[in-house]
Amino acid sequence: MLVAGLSFSTRLYKLTEPPHVCWDETHFGKMGSYYINRTFFFDVHPPLGKMLIGLAGYMSGYNGTFPFIKPGDKYENQNYWGMRGFCAVLGSFLPIFAYLIVLELSNSCTAAIIAATLLIFDTGCITISQYILLDPILMFFIMAAVLSMVKFNQQRYRSFTASWWFWLVLTGINLAGALGVKFVGLFVIVLVGLNTIGDLWRLLGDMSLSLVDIAKHFLARAFALILLPLILYVTIFAVHFVVLNKSGPGDGFFSSAFQSRLIGNNLHNASMPEYLAFGSTVTIKNLRIAGGYLHSHWHLYPEGVGARQQQVTAYLHKDYNNLWVVHRQQDNNSQSGNPDLVRHGDIVRLEHKETTRNLHSHLHEAPLTKKHFQVTGYGINGTGDANDLWQMEVCGGRKGDPVKVLRSKVRFLHRATGCVLYSSGKTLPKWGWEQIEVTCSPYLKETPSSQWNIEDHINPKLPNISLSVLKPNFLEILLESHIVMFRGNSGLKPKDNEMNSKPWHWPINYQGLRFSGVNATEYRVYLLGNPVVWWINLASLGLYFTMVAVASIATQRGFSLGQQRIEHSLVLVRGGGLLMLGWLLHYAPFFTMGRILYFHHYFPAMLFSSMLTGLTLDILFRSADLLLHPPYSYWFQRTGQLLLLFSILYSFYLFHPLSYGMTGPLAHEPGSAMAGLKWMDSWEF
Amino acid sequence: SWWFQKMLQLPLVVTAQVDLLLVLVSLLAFWTRLSHLSYPNAVVFDEVYYGQFVSLYMKRVFFIDDSGPPLGHMILAFGAYLGGFDGNFVWNRIGAEYPTTVNVWSLRLLPALCGALCVPLVYLLTLELKFSHLSALGAAVLLLLENSLIVQSRFMLLESVLIFFVLLAFFSYLRFHNAPSSSWSRYIWLILSGVSCGAVVGVKYMGLFSYLLLLVVASLHTWKLIGDKTISHVSLDFLIVSYPAFSWQTLLLQNVCVQCVHRVLCLVVVPVLLYVFWFYVHLSFLNRSGPHDQLMSSAFQASLQGGLSRITRGQPLEVAYGSQVTLRSSVSQPIPCWLHSHKVNYPIRYDNGRGSSHQQQVTCYPFKDVNNWWIIKDPGRQQLVVDTPPRPVRHGDVIQLVHGMTSRFLNSHDVAAPMSPHTQEVSGYIDFNVSMPAQNLWRVDISNREAESEVWKTILSEVRLVHVNTSAVLKLSGVPLPDWGFRQLEVVADKLFKAHSSSLEWTVEEHRYGTSQEQKEREAELHSPTHIDVDRKISFWAKFVELQWKMLTVKQEESEHKYSSSPLEWITMETNIAYWLHSSTNAQIHLIGNPVSWGVGNLSLLAYQLLAVVYLLRRRRGLKDVPDGVWDQFVCLGCVCVGGWLVNFVPFLLMDKTLFLYHYLPALCYLYLLSPALLEHAHTHLLRYAHQLQHSLTHQRALCVGALAVLLSIFLTYRTFCPLTYGSPELSAHQLQGLKWRDTWDILYRRR
Repeated sequence: MLVAGLSFSTRLYKLTEPPHVCWDETHFGKMGSYYINRTFFFDVHPPLGKMLIGLAGYMSGYNGTFPFIKPGDKYENQNYWGMRGFCAVLGSFLPIFAYLIVLELSNSCTAAIIAATLLIFDTGCITISQYILLDPILMFFIMAAVLSMVKFNQQRYRSFTASWWFWLVLTGINLAGALGVKFVGLFVIVLVGLNTIGDLWRLLGDMSLSLVDIAKHFLARAFALILLPLILYVTIFAVHFVVLNKSGPGDGFFSSAFQSRLIGNNLHNASMPEYLAFGSTVTIKNLRIAGGYLHSHWHLYPEGVGARQQQVTAYLHKDYNNLWVVHRQQDNNSQSGNPDLVRHGDIVRLEHKETTRNLHSHLHEAPLTKKHFQVTGYGINGTGDANDLWQMEVCGGRKGDPVKVLRSKVRFLHRATGCVLYSSGKTLPKWGWEQIEVTCSPYLKETPSSQWNIEDHINPKLPNISLSVLKPNFLEILLESHIVMFRGNSGLKPKDNEMNSKPWHWPINYQGLRFSGVNATEYRVYLLGNPVVWWINLASLGLYFTMVAVASIATQRGFSLGQQRIEHSLVLVRGGGLLMLGWLLHYAPFFTMGRILYFHHYFPAMLFSSMLTGLTLDILFRSADLLLHPPYSYWFQRTGQLLLLFSILYSFYLFHPLSYGMTGPLAHEPGSAMAGLKWMDSWEF
Repeated sequence: SWWFQKMLQLPLVVTAQVDLLLVLVSLLAFWTRLSHLSYPNAVVFDEVYYGQFVSLYMKRVFFIDDSGPPLGHMILAFGAYLGGFDGNFVWNRIGAEYPTTVNVWSLRLLPALCGALCVPLVYLLTLELKFSHLSALGAAVLLLLENSLIVQSRFMLLESVLIFFVLLAFFSYLRFHNAPSSSWSRYIWLILSGVSCGAVVGVKYMGLFSYLLLLVVASLHTWKLIGDKTISHVSLDFLIVSYPAFSWQTLLLQNVCVQCVHRVLCLVVVPVLLYVFWFYVHLSFLNRSGPHDQLMSSAFQASLQGGLSRITRGQPLEVAYGSQVTLRSSVSQPIPCWLHSHKVNYPIRYDNGRGSSHQQQVTCYPFKDVNNWWIIKDPGRQQLVVDTPPRPVRHGDVIQLVHGMTSRFLNSHDVAAPMSPHTQEVSGYIDFNVSMPAQNLWRVDISNREAESEVWKTILSEVRLVHVNTSAVLKLSGVPLPDWGFRQLEVVADKLFKAHSSSLEWTVEEHRYGTSQEQKEREAELHSPTHIDVDRKISFWAKFVELQWKMLTVKQEESEHKYSSSPLEWITMETNIAYWLHSSTNAQIHLIGNPVSWGVGNLSLLAYQLLAVVYLLRRRRGLKDVPDGVWDQFVCLGCVCVGGWLVNFVPFLLMDKTLFLYHYLPALCYLYLLSPALLEHAHTHLLRYAHQLQHSLTHQRALCVGALAVLLSIFLTYRTFCPLTYGSPELSAHQLQGLKWRDTWDILYRRR
């Protein structure tokens, strides 16, 4: 109760301050609004978190009209407290869950209290829970999943009872929740998976169980931990697609077929000439998922990258520069009467409408994919050379087949070199505006990367016909949106000037994140862990390893240990091992990630680390009788606990302005409220 | 003398056992790897890359190569040294002919020897894994007839060296582990294993993973040793007898301790020391300055002969008031540069309409120039010459910096910098009488004063110049200025900065005590070269740490190569690499593996994993399919071979580097080790199950026949691909077409 009370009060205190958009609220708040307005958008994270934010906003009377343009925008009289409050409430559950988990694992109330205290008074956890972010929601589900898994482990001698089923199913639901918020939820799935494999391995070795029983156990877990989360996860996406049925800013990332679902998109109930004709103005979309439109602009390839001609790229957004005009080999002027249709095998020349350059290729290396040839824009007003000619083929078509707009998959074969127009999916550097590379591939294998479709088709001389594009089924949409998300995620590369946080910075609390405000005059919030808490965590990791090593060598060597000591080492190895595994799984993978990383990615791992600290320190205090005799060892234990509590409370008192807002001069200037607290030069408050 | 007489009576007997099979495969290995080694007499593939370093070794010129630690390069250089190579060959193009003065044979000899020795090592290693001579022969033959390994061994490349040391490390460790615990000679094997581990990591960073695997295997064995309560019992008997008061448990632990310490010494300490030793040799060899100097700190450069040390030799150490200095930015990427000013002002308005102070430009200039000289001035005094005795500048002192050629003061003020408007402009102060007073005081902040000293030292001290009026820090923003700034790099003063950014640090590189108060004399003085002689030392450790750090952080432009490939393509050998094409004919060398062996390796990998899972599950249910001894042997095989394959393959999946097929070769060797052993296991244990059924004998025979057929087809494919492996005889375009077994292989045809 005390834990709960403290937890809620620290999280909800000064919730509505500062009354402007902070940091990533600009994204997630905006996406919450999109749900309320039902406009389609694209984000690299799965939808559950944003759906919940949108729901919370809706319930609390927010009407979805605030634009969330950039951090620092004033909310004025919008109802933003509901969304923040929802996140804060979920964040308040974390210490409570930590308390329960450690209590289950160690059977020691002290350990549980230490873990909860660490989290309650950590400024980082408070700050990250107080804003409209995905992290509190994600951490809520992660902790809930671990808690239910631990509870389930305790039910092992009561197989197939109601409570056994309850905790098992609850674990599955929370896993779906965690994965539904962010892909980081995969790590907790791995944790639960490994725990389950260990559990099954134990059952397999239990000779009193028949193979049928084991199969039952296996099936029950497969249902609750694989099938159920999968169904829930898919349901989340189903809701996502049903809710968002209006065209919005995310359209260009998806295929033509996908776009036709969205009300307001120009492909929704589209009406355009059915067959492609010479003289038409078209947009050409690559068929690989998140492939982009064939694009060119008034910029040349830089020196040293092939020939210095105009860039041709693939671009994911709808833009005037995506328009191309289809011409015959020779003539440029339109004929009278009905234009001729383009047929399979025809030679065409594609002229970029804005710059009047022709789509061109030649025997120079492409900028990134060195095995392919470069594609450029060449010539002016339609006059070019023989390298501007492309043979248009309908995939699976025969000579003479017309090209159907939207439905035909076409490919463009370069006449002179025999290569095929290809989108490699690699992002060009700054000179290419980080658009996608387009090349001409000498490998003629049919892949979606070398196939294109005609999306927009404008030809005033042809009658418009209403086209109902083949609506994709749900599974196709699901798969497509996932591939787009993964592409987007791996595309988040650190830019040159941007500050990039390295994983090794995180456990030592090296550098925080500015949530709001930079200058002395502004109201500043800085996401930084309470250094005392974080450094205790760090030290405990080392301590844990030493203690486990001592304990296991003693056991392996066969020293006779007391009953209590054996229990302690079991708690260390089993309970501590689980938490350590959790920490590793939520931390180590970041070292291999190429995408841009931020400090707040460490918070799930930090939860595990804090719980481990509780467990380790408790056992350390209890083992005081190894060195001291009974009355003293008891005193030592109490003193240690009090000292720990006091140092956490005092450091929280010192650092609480980080979360609840600072004004006045920066910390390195005299006269600041935080003067003397800038213990590391890298902290920016 | 009785003993002596007894000796005389004995017949002198030499007993020698020669494993003829071993000798045979070794001879074949030498023949396949070493014959016609100097053909083709041209630069083949990555020889062009390693060759430049070999040349630099011969000339003892310092270089940095981020591709790996120096041992591999040193081995190649040693081969060249043996052949009398003088380093006078320009490695600029694959296919360039070697002149007759270059002894190609000796350049390629050491890698080829290592490659050949891998074959007998695999034989011995299989025996140490406790499999039969027949399996050992199988493994040796697989390695012997692997075209890709042959190609990789026959040129001046490092993979075969790496594989050799990895195999040697595992073999000697297992020799140690299998030897009876009483024999002392087994510790020689342990030391040898440690040495090879040091070599493995010294040749390529990838070797680290194999080394870690060996450590894991060794620590598992040690863990068993710790739990074993019988071993130490025997060897410590006499102690227990002589000190009955001792608790025998402590003694036991001590004995186990001794054993553990031996292992840690040999397998951890020795490799680490050796690794450092390679660098020691590397650095003591390369003592001349060269093309990569500028990546290193000034102190490092000063330790090399020529280059910077030629210029800076004998400069005064302590910077004093009146010193003439050049200030080098500590950021050496992409190029080093020096604080610079010249007689041109900032434009009144920039292209985007923003205004400037129109004072004299201050930039960072990447070339040595007389305009890089600055004079340190005491704000309280007028003079620009050094007192006798000199008054050194200390941490915290406030100074002014006077530009030597134009006598302008280094100045900063609240005007936005040209390219980075969030920072302050830095200028050479000109008084235009527009109520813009001079703000030219700078506080010296020596950031490495703990390591060095409070006094500002030439080359050694890293200094920040803090602007006194605004507390901004002089910083190299690194943005090139437009044409009005001659494309030099922008220098700014920044208030908000990261704590440990090297763009804030400046070091004094060239330095002399100024003696002329008059401007004209001073200009003459600045144009004259620097003087006097003292030697400056930097410790080996400092050099080692700096070099290692630079090697790990220097990023070379990563781009796709025509023959680069992704790791998943290696398993199925979707890709090949053309190493060399004759300048006029179709004779060519390709890195293409033996497809049949490749398939056998992949199959056995799959089979082992399947079998392991089945075994594990059944053992958990109490069904022991094989006796415990065989099970241990099976597990050990998996640890070494499957583990080895994993650690040499999986890391590549996570890497962002340009990768080539040859990176897969170490992993491949583990598979070749696995296949025959697994076959033997299946033959002796799995098929024995069929004993109860009547067909066991038939099955075993069928297996033997199958194995023979596979071996035969391996030999035939080896023969088929030989022309592409050895580069001769030349094949016609039609024959080459026939060798293109996969569509994705790139085989070159010359148009006639």
